[in-house]
Amino acid sequence: MRAFETPLSRAKGLGSAKNGFHHWWQQRITAVVLVPLMLWLGFGIALQAGADLESARAWVAHPVNATLLVTSIIILFYHGAIGVQVVIEDYVHTEGLKAAGILLVHFACFLVAVAGILAVIRIALGS
Amino acid sequence: MAEFRLPANSRIREGNTHRAPGAESSNNLRRIRVYRYDPEGGANPRMDTFEIDADQAGPMILDALIAIKDQIDPTLTFRRSCREGICGSCAMNIDGTNTLACTKGLDEVKGDINVSPLPHMDVIKDLVPDLNHFYAQYASIEPWIKTQTPTPPDHERLQSKEERERLDGLYECILCACCSTSCPSYWWNGDRYLGPAALLQAYRWIADSRDEATGERLDELNDSYKLYRCHTIMNCTATCPKGLNPGKAIGEIKRLIAEREV
Repeated sequence: MRAFETPLSRAKGLGSAKNGFHHWWQQRITAVVLVPLMLWLGFGIALQAGADLESARAWVAHPVNATLLVTSIIILFYHGAIGVQVVIEDYVHTEGLKAAGILLVHFACFLVAVAGILAVIRIALGS
Repeated sequence: MAEFRLPANSRIREGNTHRAPGAESSNNLRRIRVYRYDPEGGANPRMDTFEIDADQAGPMILDALIAIKDQIDPTLTFRRSCREGICGSCAMNIDGTNTLACTKGLDEVKGDINVSPLPHMDVIKDLVPDLNHFYAQYASIEPWIKTQTPTPPDHERLQSKEERERLDGLYECILCACCSTSCPSYWWNGDRYLGPAALLQAYRWIADSRDEATGERLDELNDSYKLYRCHTIMNCTATCPKGLNPGKAIGEIKRLIAEREV
């Protein structure tokens, strides 16, 4: 069907989407923001080593920790979703499968993020 | 999905061994293993081994290939022209790295010298890859000066020395395709990703102080596939036989797009 397409026509394809930047930029920004957040989270959890459940709950319920936890969850799973999207775009070349894979990854990350945020809120609000 | 294994009809088999006449008495016998593929034979590609007297052949890998074609097998097919690293015709994979056969010395490779076509391209015959799409991608970035201001009637379009210096490290690109065909992103998505060579050339016109289409050029490149498939793997810069830095040029394009967005 494409036998008579010229090489230039094939190279130009469907043209520029003119929006590759935001995706790339958000991946970098979230990566940079995650450095201090993950350091904080790592230390925070390490300091709870050996602590009992009540102490851990109190740590999560602290307003500063709860705020940073929810922030970390949002940014981490957004970063993860767009990161895996790039991997799918790199390696999956069947258009339908690619689109479905990307949607699935975004939906799964969204779902897990919502669950994580709800868990933090429940502890923070003491329910 | 990406193909991580060669298709059955592309898997390489062991080929034949040939010795150049008179090479037995050589003090400098070199074994050159060359990828062979004949599109008319229908057989799988094979690695033939040629033994030549390096002292008789000349110093470069290209000299050895010419000696093989001359003395042993005239059907060995490869591109070559200038034999001094300016035309880019003899780009191939030598000892695991894409480079120009004419500027790579036989003495730079220890032991058997493995020679195969540029990676992940359709092979036309032996060491000749199909570069149609690569050249079309170069054409697609519109590699010529674009202006609205009419040409001055009595002189050239002027540039300061500093403006001209911004083209250094860009204008030297000879489009040999060593960089693009060394790039995994180009292997997996070469149909849509422009690859380091075309992007370095695109930046050559973006960086040109006389060009007046910078915005349109950046618009065209602002695409998840055309530009942002570059994951800074940097094989391009490592392999460039002209010592250029396509990775940096791609970074500059990304920086300029960021600059006008943020």
